[in-house]
Amino acid sequence: MNATIDLDVREGVDRETVETVQNMGSYKYGWDTEIEMEYAPKGLSEDIVRLISQKNEEPEWMLEWRLEAYRRWLTMAEPKWAMLNYPEIDYQDQYYYARPKSMEVKPKSLDEVDPKLLATYEKLGIPLKEQMILAGVEGAEDAPAEGRRVAVDAVFDSVSVGTTFKDELAKAGVIFCSISEAIREHPELVKKYLGSVVPQSDNFFATLNSAVFSDGSFVYVPKGVKCPMELSTYFRINAENTGQFERTLIIADKGAYVSYLEGCTAPKRDTNQLHAAVVEIVVLEDAEVKYSTVQNWFPGDENGKGGIYNFVTKRADCREARAKVMWTQVETGSAITWKYPSCILRGDESQGEFYSIAIANNFQQADTGTKMIHLGRNTRSRIVSKGISAGQAQNTYRGLVTMHPRATNSRNYTQCDSLLIGDKCGAHTVPYIEVKNTSSRVEHEATTSKVDDDQLFYCRSRGMDEEEAVALVVNGFCREVLQALPMEFAMEAQSLVAISLEGSVG
Amino acid sequence: MMVPQAPPPPSDEEKMLKIDNLHVKLEEEDKQILKGLSLEIPAGQVHAIMGPNGSGKSTLSYVLSGRDGYEVTEGSATLDGESLLDMEPEERAAAGLFLAFQYPVEIPGVGNMTFLRTAVNAQRKARGEEELSSGDFLKVVRAKAAELQISPEMLKRPVNVGFSGGEKKRNEILQMAMLEPRMCIMDETDSGLDVDAMRLVSDGVNALRSPDRSFLVITHYQRLLNHIQPDVVHIMANGRIVKTGGPELALQVEEEGYGDLLAEAR
Repeated sequence: MNATIDLDVREGVDRETVETVQNMGSYKYGWDTEIEMEYAPKGLSEDIVRLISQKNEEPEWMLEWRLEAYRRWLTMAEPKWAMLNYPEIDYQDQYYYARPKSMEVKPKSLDEVDPKLLATYEKLGIPLKEQMILAGVEGAEDAPAEGRRVAVDAVFDSVSVGTTFKDELAKAGVIFCSISEAIREHPELVKKYLGSVVPQSDNFFATLNSAVFSDGSFVYVPKGVKCPMELSTYFRINAENTGQFERTLIIADKGAYVSYLEGCTAPKRDTNQLHAAVVEIVVLEDAEVKYSTVQNWFPGDENGKGGIYNFVTKRADCREARAKVMWTQVETGSAITWKYPSCILRGDESQGEFYSIAIANNFQQADTGTKMIHLGRNTRSRIVSKGISAGQAQNTYRGLVTMHPRATNSRNYTQCDSLLIGDKCGAHTVPYIEVKNTSSRVEHEATTSKVDDDQLFYCRSRGMDEEEAVALVVNGFCREVLQALPMEFAMEAQSLVAISLEGSVG
Repeated sequence: MMVPQAPPPPSDEEKMLKIDNLHVKLEEEDKQILKGLSLEIPAGQVHAIMGPNGSGKSTLSYVLSGRDGYEVTEGSATLDGESLLDMEPEERAAAGLFLAFQYPVEIPGVGNMTFLRTAVNAQRKARGEEELSSGDFLKVVRAKAAELQISPEMLKRPVNVGFSGGEKKRNEILQMAMLEPRMCIMDETDSGLDVDAMRLVSDGVNALRSPDRSFLVITHYQRLLNHIQPDVVHIMANGRIVKTGGPELALQVEEEGYGDLLAEAR
C-alpha cells in the first residue's frame, strides 16, 4: 500500500464507501448459510455444560471450572442498571451448542469442503488460500501465499473452524489457536491465565460465558517477541436461536507485541439472538497489545425486529510495569450493546487507551464505554469516544475512571463526543470519576452536536447525494478513532459507518 | 489528463442560464425576496450583479443552487433548457452549476483532498463517467492547487477549518477548477479579500473563462470587476433587475452610488 492511498483513506470517506452506500440495500452480511448443523438440546443445565466440555474433549479440571461457574450463575441476577430496554431473556429457550456437521471429518481438498461453508468465507472477503485453510483442507498451508498477511481464526457459531498461518507463527514462538485446542495442548498457560482478568464470578454474563463458552481464540506471544503478523478472529453466528459464547484469551509476555483484530457478522433473523463473549488480555512487563473490533452483528430491521443482544465483557490487565494496551472499537451492529472494554493499570507506568465509535440507528440501543482502573504509579489513560445516534436510537457512553490511593502522579484524559442525526434519537453521557490521591489528574471533555444542514447543503452543492454527504460528515466526526484502526479495518469501518446510517436522513 | 466536460453547449440562440419572472419567498417568514427577476446569460459570457444590501442577491444564488428554506411562487430558471428548480442540489451540480459560497462551510475531520475527490467522483458517476483513480486525481489537484498558491499542507487540512478568509475563497475557486462547471455563480467572492488574494482569485477565475462556460458574479464593489472583466452588468434592487448595461455601469455605481440609478429605475 503506498503512501498516497494511505493518506486518502485516512482522511475520510473512501471511494469504496461511496460505492457501498449506493449499492447496499441493507445489512450486507444478512445471508444465512444452510449447513447441516449439530445441536445440543435447547436450554441450560449441568448436563449441557458437561456435554459442551465433552464435545471439546476437555480435561476434568476444565469441566469443574465450568460447573463452578454454572452453579454460581444460578445465584446471580441479570444487571439492570444500563440504559437499555429489552424484553426478558428466556435462557432456557436457547441452544448453547451448535456446530457444522461437516467438521466432524476433515476434508482432504477444496472439492470435499461443503461448498456453502466456502461461499460463506468468500462473502466474508477472506482470500482463497485462507479459505482453504479455514475449511480444513490438508496441505493448504503449503500453497503459495497471496494477499494480505493476517492470520485468521474463524469461529462459526460455537466452533472454531480453522486457523491460518499457524506454522509460520509457531516458528516465531507465537501460539495462535482455538481456545479448545489450547485447553488440550497448553493446559499450563490456560490454567494460569484463564479467569485471572475476568473471574468466573465477575458478572452475570461473564459467569454464563464461563459455564458454556464453546470456543474462541487463544494467543500467547512469548518474551520479547513481536508477533510477525496481525492476528484476527472472525466470529459469525449462523444457526437460529443459538447463543454464541466465545472466549478469547490473549497473553503478551514480557516485552512482547501483538495486534489483534476481531470482526463479527450474523444473518438476518426475526428473533433476537444472544451473544455473551469474554475477552481477557494479560499484558506483562514492557509488553503491548492492540485489540481492534469491528462489530457488525445484525442490528435488527428498521422496525426494531430481530438483531443480536450483545453482552460482552472485555478487560485487559496491565499486570506489570510499562505494560500497554489499546482498545479500538467500531460498534455498528446489534440491537442491544452492553460492552465496556476496560484496562486495569496495575503495573507502574502502564498505559491504557480506548478509542470508540458507537453508531445506533433505527431502534438500536447502545450502552457502551470503558473503565480505566489506575492502581500503579505514573499510569496513563486516554479515552476518545464518538457516539452517533440516528432514527429512534439511544446511545449511552458510560465510563469509569478511578485513581486509587497508590496510583500517584497518574493521568487520564477523556473526550466524549456525541452526534445526533434527526430529532427522535438520544445521546447520553454517564462518566464516573473517582480520584483517591492528590497528585493525579483527570480531564473530561464532552460535546453534543447535530449534523449541520449547512454542511450537508455544501456537500450536495458539490454533487454528493444526501447519504454520501452524511457519510462524509460522520466519517469526519469519527476521524480520530478511524485513524487508530489498522489499515484493513479502517477501510471496512468507513464503509460500515456509511451503511449503518442508511435511511437516517430525509 | 483532463476531467471531461458536461454535454456540449447548445446553439447560439439558446441561453445557458435563463431566469424568467422569478418570485421567491422565505418559507419561514412568508417574506417575498425576489419579485419577478429575469436574467439571461449566453454561453461564454461573464455577467455581474451589483446591488445594495438586502436586494436579494444571495437569495438568488441559493435558490439557483437549491438550498432549503425558499419557496418559488412563480417563474422559472433553466440551465441549458432544463428546469433547475425541479432538481436536487446534487443534480444541479452534476448538470454543471456551481456556487462559490460567500461563507464557505467548515467540515471538521474531513480532509480537503478527500472532499474534492468525493465531489469530483460523485459528479462523474452521476454523468455516467468513470471515476478518477487516486493517482490521476492527485496529479490534477496538485497542479490546480499550485496555480492558486494552495499548499499541499492546506489540501490535507480539514475542509475550511482554520482557513483564513482568503484561503477559504481560494479553496472555493480550487473546487470550481476541479469540478469544471459550465455555469459558475460567485457570491461576493471578493468580500474579505486583500489585494493579493483578490488577484489570485481573479486570475483563477480568468483562467477558467472559456466559450462554453459562463459566470454570474455577485458583488458589492466595482473593485473585483477590474480584475474579472464582465460582459454585462446588472443592477439589482428590491428583488428585481432594475438596470442592465456594459462594464461602464459598474464604474458609474462606484462613483455615484446606487441612489440615482435606483431613482431612475423607479
